[in-house]
Amino acid sequence: MLDLEFMRLAFAAGAIVGVLAPAVGFFLVQREMSLIGDGIGHVAFAGVAAGYLLGISPVWTALAAALIGAGGIEWLRARRQAAGDQALAIVFYTGIAGGVVLISAAGALNANLFSYLFGSILTVTGSDLVVIAVLGIGALVVLAVLMRALIAVSLDEDGARVAGLPVPVLNGVISMLAALTIGVSMRIVGILLIAALMVLPVIAAQRVAWSLRSTIGLSICFGLLSVLVGLTVSYYANLPPGGTIVLAGTAVFLATSTVEALRR
Amino acid sequence: MPLALELDGVDFAYGQGPAVLTDVDLRVAEGEFVAIAGPNGGGKTTLLRLALGLERPTRGAVLLFGEAARTFGARTKIGYLAQRTKIGVHAPATVREVVEAGRAALRPVGRLRRDDHAAVEEALERVGMHELAGRRLSTLSGGQQQRAFIAKALAAHPSLLVLDEPTTGVDVAAQDALGALLHRLHEELGVTILYVSHEFGAVERFVQRLVLVRERIVFDGPPSQLPGLWHDPSHTHA
Ligand SMILES: Nc1ncnc2c1ncn2[C@@H]1O[C@H](COP(=O)(O)OP(=O)(O)OP(=O)(O)O)[C@@H](O)[C@H]1O
Ligand SMILES: [Mg+2]
Repeated sequence: MLDLEFMRLAFAAGAIVGVLAPAVGFFLVQREMSLIGDGIGHVAFAGVAAGYLLGISPVWTALAAALIGAGGIEWLRARRQAAGDQALAIVFYTGIAGGVVLISAAGALNANLFSYLFGSILTVTGSDLVVIAVLGIGALVVLAVLMRALIAVSLDEDGARVAGLPVPVLNGVISMLAALTIGVSMRIVGILLIAALMVLPVIAAQRVAWSLRSTIGLSICFGLLSVLVGLTVSYYANLPPGGTIVLAGTAVFLATSTVEALRR
Repeated sequence: MPLALELDGVDFAYGQGPAVLTDVDLRVAEGEFVAIAGPNGGGKTTLLRLALGLERPTRGAVLLFGEAARTFGARTKIGYLAQRTKIGVHAPATVREVVEAGRAALRPVGRLRRDDHAAVEEALERVGMHELAGRRLSTLSGGQQQRAFIAKALAAHPSLLVLDEPTTGVDVAAQDALGALLHRLHEELGVTILYVSHEFGAVERFVQRLVLVRERIVFDGPPSQLPGLWHDPSHTHA
């Protein structure tokens, strides 16, 4: 399997995605915004469609759309124009509707589109990998540097505000990192399923973790495991990797739930 | 003494709602220990949120250490425990991790240093939670959780400590310990304390000033001068 160039690229990109998605997802889950990834993913779908229509690489238009969508959700939330889940619903439906309209206008309802929605192990090129590595590692560095401040905000937003942490900026950073993660992970997991990879490993880790620190560590291990298992199954069974990766994540969740139940 | 907090002719309502506070004037000098009481919905929590710059008054001015509260800079001077906090109870945070978050504004990036760790351990010690520091918050009782949140408010060594009903669900022994702790912080370190509660048993002996809030400030003075008229069930007076 690893003799094949495209599989080596898929595994390298997948490893970065497997680490990054749960690391960012941890903060979404703590802020009780587990579904924000889905909202942003649907906006990214509109971005892919816009890429087809404009004849630009959909990766870039999807990333741009994801960043705008994330900004929109955060803006609605921060101005208390709408409760968190309502802000999400507005962005979510606008994204999917816009995507469908744009896709039809571009006449692009085809197999290639399918690979954006559910991922593909065949499509990661060498230059894709460079982009994924640079953006992914950059995002991880930002997370590592701001870790304590981000944790303080997600534990206690008012407390952090009183203590003088720049709460709106830190919330914006999390949303932007979520958008970036979706843009970076799109080729492997697909925009309709990437949000699951941000959330499932974290929920699984919370079942068995003994602290915040261990939750983050375990989330990353589970995310990586899901991607590696999912890609392998995808290769041998000739299935889209997005589905197999997320189902591997579900299996991890069931395993940790069992461990938790047995401990009681 | 310079003023730690000043509210000047403050009115407040949430959005288009009814008046919550009307014409509130309050001056708290540095080093004062002020208890705030009043009925449910009287506006105590709102008063604290205004004082901390979390809400914007509809009319009037709020100053923290002489600066506008909304844009006050030296915020690490403030320790705040919100009412009915549930910090980290849904996350798998340990007691120590919650208290460490109290140092985050002082050291937002980079590793925690030795003095940060020392401050965290000291705060845990002060509230008697040292032994339980490694436990997940969600596995502790409500009173133990509350003590962890108090430790978080203490971790940055604040010079203004704002506590909104910190003794909710805390047993009498721990209330007395908290009262003694606040007294020590006040006496030894000159910490300014704003303390909202319905039960002043624990701090009764220590507070010099009681403020009763019922939309307006209806009493402001030493607890001993509280007119019988204002005795209400929300204020148990030993
Ligand atoms: N976020 C909010 N939005 C709208 N109204 C609010 C909000 N918070 C409080 N209020 C209203 O403001 C009034 C004062 O509330 P506040 O929480 O300040 O009272 P309190 O004195 O702290 O009461 P308690 O003893 O129950 O804690 C109440 O009538 C309440 O209904
Ligand atoms: Mg209150």
